Amino acid sequence: MGFDQYHEPADELPDETRTFARLCASLTEEAEAIGWYEQRIAIEKDHEARAIMRDAQGEEFKHFSMDLEFLLRRTPLWREIAQGILFQGGDIVEHGEEAEEEAIEGAAERGEPLAGSSSLGIGGLKGAPS
Amino acid sequence: MSHLLREHAPITEEAWRLIDEEARERLTPALAARKLVDFSGPHGWQHSASNLGRVRALSGAPADGVTAAQRQVLAVVELRAPFALSRGELRDADRGAEDFDLDALDDAARRIATAENRAVFHGFEEAGITGIAQAATHDPIPLGESCELYPRHVARAVEALLRAGVAGPYGLALGSEAYTRVLETSEHGGYPLLDHLRKIVGGPLVWSPGVEGAVVVSQRGGDFVLEAGEDLSVGYDGHDADAVQLYLVESFTFRVLTDEAAVALTP
Repeated sequence: MGFDQYHEPADELPDETRTFARLCASLTEEAEAIGWYEQRIAIEKDHEARAIMRDAQGEEFKHFSMDLEFLLRRTPLWREIAQGILFQGGDIVEHGEEAEEEAIEGAAERGEPLAGSSSLGIGGLKGAPS
Repeated sequence: MSHLLREHAPITEEAWRLIDEEARERLTPALAARKLVDFSGPHGWQHSASNLGRVRALSGAPADGVTAAQRQVLAVVELRAPFALSRGELRDADRGAEDFDLDALDDAARRIATAENRAVFHGFEEAGITGIAQAATHDPIPLGESCELYPRHVARAVEALLRAGVAGPYGLALGSEAYTRVLETSEHGGYPLLDHLRKIVGGPLVWSPGVEGAVVVSQRGGDFVLEAGEDLSVGYDGHDADAVQLYLVESFTFRVLTDEAAVALTP
């Protein structure tokens, strides 16, 4: 079994970072599987075999989406940027640029924790409900 | 590994998640100062001082023909509120108990939030922090216990700020006792006093444990700054067979940049 999802020594990483890395690796594997099924379906002539592979690919769509949702829940900044890009009509690149800029500026204004910090991430509360 | 040493605690990932969540839930409503002043940072645990942009002239220098001055900084203060959790309760949390006892954490959260509010509004002399109410150049207005007079007192405070050229909106930090009185009071016609006061200040009215009386503060920004080193975090101290010793910690400085941007309403 490989442990190459860890870029840094695993025993130096906190539990939550190891879990995060595992789910990132899982997300990558699901995306690869989706791509492989897409290629197999494209060349398969047998109707029944194609239907089975379509069904299998649907499973990978589900797994990919669950992995992604988990990672977004654990990473508020990623979630905020994704919200500005996913399920929107229009120019994807434009949405991406805008979402990144707004999310990063907003995070700095809210006093969100530094990367790698174990703080509670409360930061500034000006404008929060009182 | 961070200075919080969380990895050394006999606490599972799930229990840490519940502890952090509870801490966040308890702290957020009580952190009144953060709802009313600018927040800068967090700059991390190693951040030790805020730059004041000033120097102090020194009487001598290491050699003739040279003058010396020393930069003035405001050193960060560390606040720490210890608490202990039962290991049995933590094991129950791992089993899925939803009602495990976090009273000690709740109490520590109340203590550290009150301390932060007091430092910001009333100062912390030993740490070199001057509070908003201390720094305010306007005459304090006695608040008293007659709630029906609160709108008049707050309106006088707002007028004093306007006369000083401090534009609104304003916020109102109300100490616990005054806040309870306001919540309990309706004016003629049943109009809640809370809403009336909000209309006068044009900004938030904030429950502020640790504040004596009340303080009307400018909300335009740039007048008060809470600069965080390490933002509020839960750390690990030690454990025995029965309990785990933990603590809430933060490091910060606070500065009033505009003395005339607040009015104190004394109890």
